[in-house]
Amino acid sequence: MDLQARKLFDRSLTGVSIMAVILMVLALLVLLTPIFSRGLGAFFFSGTSEFRRLSLEQFNRGNAQAVAAESRAVTEARRPVFAMLAAFEEELDGLDANRRRELRTQLKEITGLLRELLGPLPGELDAVMLRQQYGQTRWDRAMVKLRRILFSEQWDHSDPNRMGKKVLVSRRQSFAGTRLEALFPYLEKNLGRMLQPRFTFYWRFLTDKSLDSHFFGGIWPEVLGTIYLTLGAMLLAIPFGIIAAIYLSEFAAGGRLVSLLRVCISTLAGVPSIVFGLFGLAFFINTLRLSSSKSVLAGSATLALLILPTIIRASEEALKAVPRAYKEAALSLGASPLRMVLTVLLPAALPGILTGIIISMGRAAGETAPIIFTAAVSVGQPLKLWETLSQPTPALPWNIYNLATEHQAVDEIRHVQFGMVLTLVLLVLLLNLAAILIRARISKKMRG
Amino acid sequence: MIQSIPATPRTVPPEADAGDRQAHVACQDFSFYYGDNQAVKNVTLDFPSYQVTAIIGPSGCGKSTLLRSINRMNDLIPGSRTSGKMLFDGQEIYGPRLDVVTLRRRIGMVFQKPNPFPKSILNNIAYGRRLHDRLDKGELMATVETSLKRAGLWDEVKDRLEDNALSLSGGQQQRLCIARALAVDPEILLMDEPTSALDPRATARIEDLIAELRGRYTIIIVTHNMQQAARVSDFTAFLYEGNLIEYGQTARMFTKPSEKRTEDYMTGRFG
Ligand SMILES: Nc1ncnc2c1ncn2[C@@H]1O[C@H](COP(=O)(O)OP(=O)(O)OP(=O)(O)O)[C@@H](O)[C@H]1O
Ligand SMILES: [Mg+2]
Repeated sequence: MDLQARKLFDRSLTGVSIMAVILMVLALLVLLTPIFSRGLGAFFFSGTSEFRRLSLEQFNRGNAQAVAAESRAVTEARRPVFAMLAAFEEELDGLDANRRRELRTQLKEITGLLRELLGPLPGELDAVMLRQQYGQTRWDRAMVKLRRILFSEQWDHSDPNRMGKKVLVSRRQSFAGTRLEALFPYLEKNLGRMLQPRFTFYWRFLTDKSLDSHFFGGIWPEVLGTIYLTLGAMLLAIPFGIIAAIYLSEFAAGGRLVSLLRVCISTLAGVPSIVFGLFGLAFFINTLRLSSSKSVLAGSATLALLILPTIIRASEEALKAVPRAYKEAALSLGASPLRMVLTVLLPAALPGILTGIIISMGRAAGETAPIIFTAAVSVGQPLKLWETLSQPTPALPWNIYNLATEHQAVDEIRHVQFGMVLTLVLLVLLLNLAAILIRARISKKMRG
Repeated sequence: MIQSIPATPRTVPPEADAGDRQAHVACQDFSFYYGDNQAVKNVTLDFPSYQVTAIIGPSGCGKSTLLRSINRMNDLIPGSRTSGKMLFDGQEIYGPRLDVVTLRRRIGMVFQKPNPFPKSILNNIAYGRRLHDRLDKGELMATVETSLKRAGLWDEVKDRLEDNALSLSGGQQQRLCIARALAVDPEILLMDEPTSALDPRATARIEDLIAELRGRYTIIIVTHNMQQAARVSDFTAFLYEGNLIEYGQTARMFTKPSEKRTEDYMTGRFG
């Protein structure tokens, strides 16, 4: 190849690499932007008077007098709404049969929506479910409900050759001429007074228990569960991993058995995580009976197996990278091999080992499949430490999936779901950042 | 409290030959094999006490192998074995009852490339002592000071003992390694080309140091540098392809070698 061609080739290669990096960064941005913007919505939002009432009643938080005063103001603002409803109900009986039937259905919808928006209507008995005892705690959700009160969704099937089309019909028009007509402009204009939206920073989202399967409250059970599972996995995997790595890099003579062992470890690293989950169920729960059914212990053990190959390989690489000269110096001073490992080899390999550990920590925190069968449940209380031996726990990765697919009211708790995603992503990012910093720090210290 | 190193009187008149003196380390028909490769061949040789003995010879002739056999640093190489005897103070180094840890504490080693631990200067020196004794801070500091003074490094580092040893210059690092070896109070110091990675000034400094340590320690030094062997050693052993060709007082070897091959090597005709 002549010089000209080689230069061209070089340059095009550089161009392609730069493109690849840019694409990757863009993809990351596309992924992270919604996670951050929507996830932050779980922490920062416009909270309504219902939110503050809930905080006071359920978490005993906030100023009781202020909430009472706000309650009075809110009730005052809501009174005309209920008055109009009552008046319309009387009027309804006098309408002609067709219109009555149609408006009665709509009225039912409206009362239901009002209940969701503002909480129980006056004179109603306390509902069993917590979600029925409070109105909308978030202003953005309140606006959604408002829109559904103002407009009814109807399907337009006029063109038989097409799929039905959804059209929004203003209810004000449907109720024109009745005593309820005024309700809609009143709601539109005064919803703010009825709910008193105020900017809220709900950092306790992280540390609050969840109420009524995530309709209210925070994600502490999931956060704690993830912490338990991750720490448990690390506690089990780190000692075994490092000891195995020391054995492989220092003491194992290069026999056939050792090569086989290495192949096994590499293979283990490539096994799909769902298989680890099944194995965990079959082995830790059904065979060893670590716990009678799912438990944090069984989940941690399964996750530990999953990350063990990573820890072993990272540690082995790090140990092998330690210059022979250090080992020889220690041995020549009369250190026993074990002493040499503990005092010279491990400290010198520490940055590499730590990196492996923290990266696998991020992996353990985010894995879903291994804990489905062994540890995770959708709803649960925060566990006490000793309960981790026998009890299952909610965990972030599993509940993100669960909230998105199996919750009764996915739309109502989107913000919780995104809050969980953000928390998990931040957790993993922080762990990786910590890995980088620790590594830099230690290697700097060693370089002098 | 730190004694300057007394100029020890030579224990033997310079004319006497190696055989007359008590041997600190003695090889008797000693061989070392890397698998099938016999790197040291039936060497019989006495390293006299408290003298400096140089081992010279062309590259690959087995100098390092012989040296590292003395403190059994080659033990861990798979497939290696020895035959014949190697005695240290009359005790068999490859005997079944020997404790390698004690052996290495009594026989220190300095390597070709300075290899301080990536720890502070203080911890480098203290490392060996801590392995063998439980010392309080005062005793430890005394050891550190004594060793650094013996290695001629104290004045340069006394204000920066907490600094990382890797921040020292190459020559300083090598003297630190010598100090580290001295700190466990060995009787023998093995040096494998200790100056080959250093510049001439640092080399001169190490050579002076060897002269100062002479008489207090039995020193066995491997070197490629004829002038260095002539300058620092009392006795010289010439190895060639694993065989000991000639051994005797340095002064005599360098003026009247009895073997043709020794002369050829020394005059640079091969090697
Ligand atoms: N770890 C080892 N495994 C197998 N053979 C080795 C090993 N180390 C050295 N040898 C062989 O043993 C012989 C002697 O090597 P040795 O290192 O003792 O030579 P040397 O005289 O120190 O050479 P140099 O002056 O280059 O350091 C050489 O042929 C070498 O290839
Ligand atoms: Mg050598």
